[in-house]
Amino acid sequence: MEAIQKHEGIVCPLDRVNVDTDQIIPKQFLKRIERQGFGQFLFYHWRFDNDGNKRADFIINQPAYEQASILVAGENFGCGSSREHAPWALLDYGFKVIIAPSFADIFYNNSTKNGILLVKLSEEEVAIVLEKAKQGKYTLQVDLETQTVTDNDGFHATFTIDSYQKKLLLNGWDEISLTMQLEDKIKAFEQKAN
Amino acid sequence: MKPKTIIEKIWERHVVHEEENKPNLLYIDLHLVHEVTSPQAFEGLRMNQRKVRRPDLTYATVDHNVPTKHRNVISDEIAKKQMSTLRQNCEEFAIPLADINHPDQGIVHVIGPQLGLTQPGKTIVCGDSHTSTHGAFGALAFGIGTSEVEHVLATQTLWQAKPKTLQVKVNGKLGLGVTAKDLILAIIAKFGVNVGTGYVMEYTGEAIRDLSMEERMTVCNMSIEAGARAGLISPDQTTYEFLKGKRYVPEGDAFFEAVQKWEEFATDEGAEYDRTIEIDAEEIEPQVTWGTNPSMGGPISAHVPNPEDYSRPADRSAIRQALEYMGLEAGTPIEAIAIDHVFIGSCTNARLSDLRAAAEVVKGRRVHENVSAIVVPGSQTVKLAAEAEGLDKIFTEAGFEWRSAGCSMCLAMNDDVLQPGERCASTSNRNFEGRQGNGARTHLVSPAMAAAAAIAGHFVDVRSFSNQEVFS
Repeated sequence: MEAIQKHEGIVCPLDRVNVDTDQIIPKQFLKRIERQGFGQFLFYHWRFDNDGNKRADFIINQPAYEQASILVAGENFGCGSSREHAPWALLDYGFKVIIAPSFADIFYNNSTKNGILLVKLSEEEVAIVLEKAKQGKYTLQVDLETQTVTDNDGFHATFTIDSYQKKLLLNGWDEISLTMQLEDKIKAFEQKAN
Repeated sequence: MKPKTIIEKIWERHVVHEEENKPNLLYIDLHLVHEVTSPQAFEGLRMNQRKVRRPDLTYATVDHNVPTKHRNVISDEIAKKQMSTLRQNCEEFAIPLADINHPDQGIVHVIGPQLGLTQPGKTIVCGDSHTSTHGAFGALAFGIGTSEVEHVLATQTLWQAKPKTLQVKVNGKLGLGVTAKDLILAIIAKFGVNVGTGYVMEYTGEAIRDLSMEERMTVCNMSIEAGARAGLISPDQTTYEFLKGKRYVPEGDAFFEAVQKWEEFATDEGAEYDRTIEIDAEEIEPQVTWGTNPSMGGPISAHVPNPEDYSRPADRSAIRQALEYMGLEAGTPIEAIAIDHVFIGSCTNARLSDLRAAAEVVKGRRVHENVSAIVVPGSQTVKLAAEAEGLDKIFTEAGFEWRSAGCSMCLAMNDDVLQPGERCASTSNRNFEGRQGNGARTHLVSPAMAAAAAIAGHFVDVRSFSNQEVFS
């Protein structure tokens, strides 16, 4: 996966709680056997009407957010199904950072393994960011090293992240090759278990 | 020694490696695989010239995409390719596969327990969030994404941070006509869709002990709908009796040795949890959801809520959006909601006892003329067992369609899809927007409640309904 240290980008405000992975990518698009190309299906039924036309009232479709790479949403983002197609779709569409007060556990793991940085801010901080982003083109700087989120207008927030997840993201490491270096330990465990 | 929960005991026995500032490397005893979340993982192995480390601890089936009507007619070319890709991957990596015409084929969370692959004390993963189902046996079972599937295929391990423990204590006894599905829906309605985030849940209490294994699976299945990746129940006599004689369970003396080993996993008296929540079983009525997540529901006797009655702005707007999507007016009695479809199936409620419960309600009655109804058994084995008892006849004579096993209309990846605006009483686990089809409206209920709704044409309290002669 691609490493992520710092990211600066336009913020898209998705002011909803409990956004589930069925909304992020509906099931009819899970039949592909590749990892790429899911961005076109992101939030499909919110983005497009039944005839496949863009819904002008859906936030992501509005001109101010066309280039957005940071998504901010309400609590429990990514709940529901374990489909990794959800982070694949978000990443392929162009989102590198997602900010919310909380994330579902499986979605959190899946995103991190694809180099998407999930930032947990307090409900109050998320509310501020949502409001600012709703006003139009709004940019945030996210720094994983210092664990801070700032804007050009004095907003400053810090976030916590598990130190191991942080290291993986900063370095873009392939976890499987790291684990395979522990082959002796795995073998020893298997022998003991038998 | 300090008393421990089953969660801690299973965890400790599976740590392969630990070091400071890192999650534990956890050994995985059983990896279940299906067609939708695995192709990219196998592709990753191939790209890096890696092998499947333990094909003998891996078991695959096709369930999400399979047609339930005409078994071998797959009109969707992309779905067909996904299934043939799994077949090729299983061949290439020597993984056992219950393919579409195999007698063991079925929903992955139905066949694991049925074959006895699911056992107490095991760590079990699958690229599917309802893997929590296997927790009913006292296994630590949780859903993973495709990157983690690849990691388990390659190493038979996963890096996992030790979860917090949440005790869900169910006091007293469930009332007559109130089922395991009503219990778990009531728990989620009371405590919300993210009460379990960051935790593994253990269900305890009298009402849980009273449940059969199939009922326990229904409860654990929906742990993820409360935010917990895993939910489990300490094993007991009910567990061992269910497992005895299953194909992958040891026989004879080896069985009794296994039971002794399994018993050690049960939570110790006096063990402490990070958090405990409680609910009284007596207060639970048959449940119906009215919204677009599983916590948006309540008793059959209730009315559709008014968003303005909620204090949090986020709740108000979420309920407003849900009612708009569901096409419901605040204040409508739940019993007044008419339905177009009934789906009896899914990894939550498609086992033999679920089909029996529905058949009991349906027997000698007719599906309402405005309703189309299908029954999709959880596995081909369940299907045959139900047919041996004549359940299929009861359903078809009442006007239900009787199908073959698969996930079907729970997530509508195959042809079993609802049209925009159609309303369905469903025994599945998710009522998310579009889950059963774009614009389709899902109400989650138990099999008996779904059956009663099919006959009446609207929701009805199965407890009063069962004794009435209702012809429509």
